[in-house]
Amino acid sequence: MSRDPQTAVRVAGVRKTYGRTVAVDEVSFEVFEGEIFGLIGPNGAGKTTTLECVEGLRKPDRGTISVLGLDPFRDVYRLQERIGVQLQQAHLQKRIKVWEAAHLWASLYRKPASDADRLLDQLGLADKRHAWFMTLSGGQQQRLFIALALINDPELVFLDELTTGLDPQARRAIWELVRGIRARGKTVFMTTHLMEEAERLCDRVAIIEHGRIIDVDSPQRLVDRHCPERTVVLVTDDPLAEERFHTLPRVDEVIRVDTRFTIRGRGDDFVTALIQCLAEHQVRVRDFRTELPSLEDVFLKLTGHSIRD
Amino acid sequence: MLRGLWQLTWLEIKIFLREPLGAIGTLLMPVAVFLVVGRAMGRGTGTPSAGATAFLQSGLPVMASVFISISAVVSLVTIVSIYREGGILKRLRATPLRPYTILSAHVLVKLLFTAITLSLLMLAGRRLYPAGLDVPVFSFAMAVLISTLSILSIGFVIASLVRTARFAQPVGALIFYPMIGFSGLFVPIESMPPSLQVVAHLLPMTYIVSLLRGIWSGAPWSAHLGDLAALAVVSMVCAALSAKVFKWE
Repeated sequence: MSRDPQTAVRVAGVRKTYGRTVAVDEVSFEVFEGEIFGLIGPNGAGKTTTLECVEGLRKPDRGTISVLGLDPFRDVYRLQERIGVQLQQAHLQKRIKVWEAAHLWASLYRKPASDADRLLDQLGLADKRHAWFMTLSGGQQQRLFIALALINDPELVFLDELTTGLDPQARRAIWELVRGIRARGKTVFMTTHLMEEAERLCDRVAIIEHGRIIDVDSPQRLVDRHCPERTVVLVTDDPLAEERFHTLPRVDEVIRVDTRFTIRGRGDDFVTALIQCLAEHQVRVRDFRTELPSLEDVFLKLTGHSIRD
Repeated sequence: MLRGLWQLTWLEIKIFLREPLGAIGTLLMPVAVFLVVGRAMGRGTGTPSAGATAFLQSGLPVMASVFISISAVVSLVTIVSIYREGGILKRLRATPLRPYTILSAHVLVKLLFTAITLSLLMLAGRRLYPAGLDVPVFSFAMAVLISTLSILSIGFVIASLVRTARFAQPVGALIFYPMIGFSGLFVPIESMPPSLQVVAHLLPMTYIVSLLRGIWSGAPWSAHLGDLAALAVVSMVCAALSAKVFKWE
């Protein structure tokens, strides 16, 4: 890993409208080489529109996009050789066989059919080679689309709502595949409305809401920045404990139900301060658990603000 | 550049044949209609009337060919709208396939099946016309393919305007089949009221019927330059129009 990451995608000031509806507005962000970058937000927030502008499938009304140094709309055919695409809600012909699709894609990118066969093996589709597309399960269809997206050995792979509609098991299997793409040194640019997916998979995420980017960073730093709250749940019989918890620095509230305490405070040092307090006063604790905010909390908080505005 | 055209065309042929209803409807229905109508008219009464004989001589083959063309076009409209609704067109377009390559593959498939059905029809015709007819088979086949190609372009315009796959087939059929009524196939155009004559001359089917009938009865191509020119205009106008209004998703 170089210290100075190269930019794979640069989006600056992009706006796209459909009739009178503004789909995305003033959208700017960068995707670095070798990372999994996630564009996250609710349905209708502008994720797919943004992605399809970057893929060269749509022309933005305003703004500039550079993908691997190319203008995706003008140089779409040159770009297509270097990127892999999985589209949201796309299908293949109902009665196309898995191997036929793979071989067609290979021929389109001037790759040998053996490359396609190897990918089908790697994605666990070898025994489905002769199955019609319509007979595949949702997870198998998505694995086929991943295979098709990888067939030209692209530098940059776009995955749009890859795991929507899949059961948790299939979803986890797909996550492993996506990590595998990154391990091969490729850049992944994905969208999802599943915060858990973004948190587990993405190196960095951009949160988009109502067509605007609210913030961009790693999931951890977004949590640190927007959700400094820390919650500790513990169980103790110590009669003096409640009083002591109230004296903690940056404590917000202490809720007691019998011997169970829920203590809320803020800041990175809050949990440490609490542990020091317990040790100092030799408070005997029977249970101790911290609850960390997640990307989900960040999202609720950020969109909550925008709704109140 | 036509990268992938042959691969895609070959695939679409295979896929088409895997859909039993589509294959049977397109390939065998016109032949069945041809045989049934031909038999009913030719053998119903011991000796066929003069009108029936004339219809058997040129009307029936032309009608069957027109049906083949129309069913090819309706099938194209349907497939294109299903592909659009399912996001298949969009997925194919996000590959090095050029947009016109994707559509050309479908046109080629339709032309191929038109040719196959026409051949089946010719073979079936041997049963109806045991004595054999003196027909320029190759020229007639070319005329049918040209006719199909010209109305395929209208099919693309319809496929652009009809947004859902459910309506594609009925709308396509409703537009094309009534055209036959004005085409002069059953009622000579000269005997229509003047206003209907105008309508007839605006419909491409009229030129198709005129072309097919002429070539079938042995007229040279040069006698039908007007029909060919009309069909060429229709193709070009509709191709230009659909290039503007065609929706990929």
